[in-house]
Amino acid sequence: MANMSLQKVPMPEQDPQVRSHNFSEVALGYTAQMAQEEATRCLHCKHKPCVGGCPVNVHIPDFIAHVAKGEFIDAYQEIRQTNSLPAICGRVCPQETQCESKCVRGIKGEPVAIGRLERFCADYAMSHPEELKELPLPAPNGKKVAVVGSGPAGLTCAGDLAKLGYSVTVFEALHTPGGVLMYGIPEFRLPKQLVTREIDTVRKLGVEIETDMVMGKVLSLDEIMEDGGYDAVFVGSGAGLPSFLHIPGENLNGVFSANEFLTRTNLMRAYDFPHSDTPIHVGKDVAVVGGGNVAMDAARCAKRLGAEHVYIVYRRSEAEMPARKEEVHHAKEEGIIFKMLTNPTEVVGDDQGWVTGLKCVDMQLGEPDASGRRRPVEIPGSEKVLEVETVVIAIGNTPNPLIKNTTPGLDTNQKGCIIAEEETGKTSKEGVYAGGDVVTGAATVILAMGAGKRAAAAIDQYLQGK
Amino acid sequence: MYKIVEKRVLNPEVKLMKIEAPAVAKKALPGQFIILRIDEAGERIPLTVADYDREGGTVTIIFQEVGATTKRLGQLEAGDSLLNFVGPLGVASHLEGIRRAVVIGGGLGTAIAYPQAKRLHELGAHVDVITGFRNQQLVILEDELKACSDRLIVMTDDGSNGNKGFVTHALQKLLDEGNEYDVVIAIGPMMMMKFVCEVTRPRKIKTIVSMNPIMIDGTGMCGGCRVTVGGETKFACVDGPDFDGHLVDFDEAIRRSSMYKSEERQSMEQHGCRLMAQGKE
Repeated sequence: MANMSLQKVPMPEQDPQVRSHNFSEVALGYTAQMAQEEATRCLHCKHKPCVGGCPVNVHIPDFIAHVAKGEFIDAYQEIRQTNSLPAICGRVCPQETQCESKCVRGIKGEPVAIGRLERFCADYAMSHPEELKELPLPAPNGKKVAVVGSGPAGLTCAGDLAKLGYSVTVFEALHTPGGVLMYGIPEFRLPKQLVTREIDTVRKLGVEIETDMVMGKVLSLDEIMEDGGYDAVFVGSGAGLPSFLHIPGENLNGVFSANEFLTRTNLMRAYDFPHSDTPIHVGKDVAVVGGGNVAMDAARCAKRLGAEHVYIVYRRSEAEMPARKEEVHHAKEEGIIFKMLTNPTEVVGDDQGWVTGLKCVDMQLGEPDASGRRRPVEIPGSEKVLEVETVVIAIGNTPNPLIKNTTPGLDTNQKGCIIAEEETGKTSKEGVYAGGDVVTGAATVILAMGAGKRAAAAIDQYLQGK
Repeated sequence: MYKIVEKRVLNPEVKLMKIEAPAVAKKALPGQFIILRIDEAGERIPLTVADYDREGGTVTIIFQEVGATTKRLGQLEAGDSLLNFVGPLGVASHLEGIRRAVVIGGGLGTAIAYPQAKRLHELGAHVDVITGFRNQQLVILEDELKACSDRLIVMTDDGSNGNKGFVTHALQKLLDEGNEYDVVIAIGPMMMMKFVCEVTRPRKIKTIVSMNPIMIDGTGMCGGCRVTVGGETKFACVDGPDFDGHLVDFDEAIRRSSMYKSEERQSMEQHGCRLMAQGKE
C-alpha cells in the first residue's frame, strides 16, 4: 500500500539566518529513512507520465521502486542509464515544471519528490563508492568526436558517445571543466566538489577533457575536423555573452554583469579572498536587476558576501518572474528584498566614478506582449533612486560569437544562436551538431542535457552511416 | 601545465619568461594576449604576447611585478610550470598597409610595443620608436628595438640617460620637425596613452592604443573589461585590445582600472605573509 500522505517528506535545510552568511549547501538532503518514506508515495502508474516530463527520460518509477526497497545503488544505476549527471539534476532541475508536474499524486496534494530522491541516490552512490559496480567500457569503435564546451550539454553528449565506443575529446575554454555548473551556479546550491566528482564519472567512461582551449581562438572548428581528425563535432558552448541594459552609468565602478559577479564568486572563489587571489567588491547595499534564477543566485551570493540590503529589481511582477519558485522562496527567506514592477533607468555615481544608486521608475502591467506575459508600462513621474553601491545586471546572456565568427557555413539566427534541428542538433555544417544554450539562448541545465543526449544519438547515427 | 623554459631579468621590476605553449605559439600575432594562472588558488591575469616562436613552440611574456600574482610569477624559475596559459586572445593588430609609423612604449608597454615595431619593420614600414621610463636603470629592450626601427628615442623622466622628458615630448618634436606618419601606436600606462592621443588629435593622425583593463576570462564572458569607445561599450578582450585612441574614454578606463586598489593592497599583505611562511624572503 502506497504512502498516501499528501505532502512530500520535507527536505532538511540550513536555517536561513545561518545560511545567509555561509556558502555551504542550503538543502541538506534526505536521510535513507526519509528517502524510503518518500519513495513509497509513488503509485507506479502504468503509463509513467513523469518519464515523459523528463528531458532525458530518467526511468523514474523504476529507480523509485529500488529506493523504496532500500536498494540505493541499484536506484542510482537505473538513473545513470539515461542521465550522466544525477547529483546535479537532483539539485538544479526545475522538477516542478517537468517530471513532478506530470505526477498523478500532484493532482491532489504534492507530487512525489522525484528531484529529492534523485539527489539522494546520487549522493548515496558518491558516499558509497565501494558498492558501485564497475560498468564495462565498450570496445572502441575507432571514431573520434570533438565536443566544444564542458557544461551540461557537452558532458552529456560526451558521456553518451563514450558509452557507444567513440573516442571523445572535450575542449573547454576556461581552466576548469563544468561550464555554468562551475562558474555560474553558486556553491550553496550546487557544491563544486560534487560537480567535479560527476565530471570524474564522465572521465571514467574514457572521455578526455582539454582545458584552456578557446574555440575560435586557439583552434577553429574546421581545424579540429581537418587537422584533428575528428569525424564529428558537438558544439555546446553555452550562452556566455552577458547582456547589459544600455542605460547611462552602466560602466561606473561597482556595476557587474551577473557573469562577472558569479564567476568571481564561484569559479575564482572570491568569497575566500585573500586566500584565493581573486577579489570581489560588494557594497553595503546591492541591487540585482533581473528576475531569473541567475538573478536569485547573484542576490543570494551578495548577501553571503556581506551585503546588508540586497534588492531584486524586476520590471514585471512576481508572477512573471522566470526564476524557480523554490529559488524565490529561498531568497526571500534569506532576507532578499523584492522590488517588483521597478525598471532601472540610470546608474548614478559619485565624482570618483563609484556607484551610489540605481535610478528606477515604477511600472504597471499592460496588455500581454509577444512572450504572452503582460507588458510592463512606465508610470510617469514615478522616478526614484534606490541607494546602493553595487549593481549586478542579470538580464540574460546570448551565445559568445567567437565560434560563429570563425566557422564559415555555420548558420546562426539574429540573436547569435546556432541554428540546429531540435530533434538531432544537426546544424547547417556537415558533421557539426549543436545543443544547449548556444542554440536556445540561456535556458536550464536539464534542457541542455536533453539536447546533448539527442545530439549524441544523432551523431552516432550519422557516423554509422559514414 | 606550461613549462617556463627561460627567464630573464630585464630590469629590477620587469622580467621576461618564455613559456612552452605550442598551441598558443602556433597562432599568436602582435597585439594579442594570453591569460595565465599560476596555481589552483591563483587569479587569471592577462598579459600581452611579447614574442613567439612558432617552431620552438614558445610564447614570450614580459611583466612588471605590480601585484600579488606578478610578484609570485617573478619568483618562479626556468623549469617551473604554470597551471594555465590560454591564448592567443583578442584581435591581432592591423599592421598591413602602414608605411610610416611611430611606435611608442611607456615603461612595461615597451614590451608590447616591441612585437608591433618588429612586425611593422618586417612588413617594410618606416618605423620610429619612442620609449619612456622613469630612469635609465629601468630601460628595457633597447638593442631589440634598435634592430627593428629606423630611429629609436629613449626618454627618461629624470633625464638619467641624458634624454629628459616624456614620450609625448619626443613625439611632439618629431611632428614639429615635419615628420609625417600614417599611424601612431601607443602602448603603456593609460595616462600616457591619453596624452599621446592629445598630441595627435589636433593633427588628425590615426592613433592606436592597446587597452589593458581588468578582466577575468578574456573570452567575452564577464564584461569586466568594458571600455567606452566612440560612445559605445566594447569588451577589450574580444573587440580589442587595440582601439582608436581618439575615441576611447580614458577617464572612465583609468577609473575602472583602479576598482580593486584596496583589495590589491590586502592581497599583497597576504602575499607577504605567505612568503614569510615559506621562508623565502
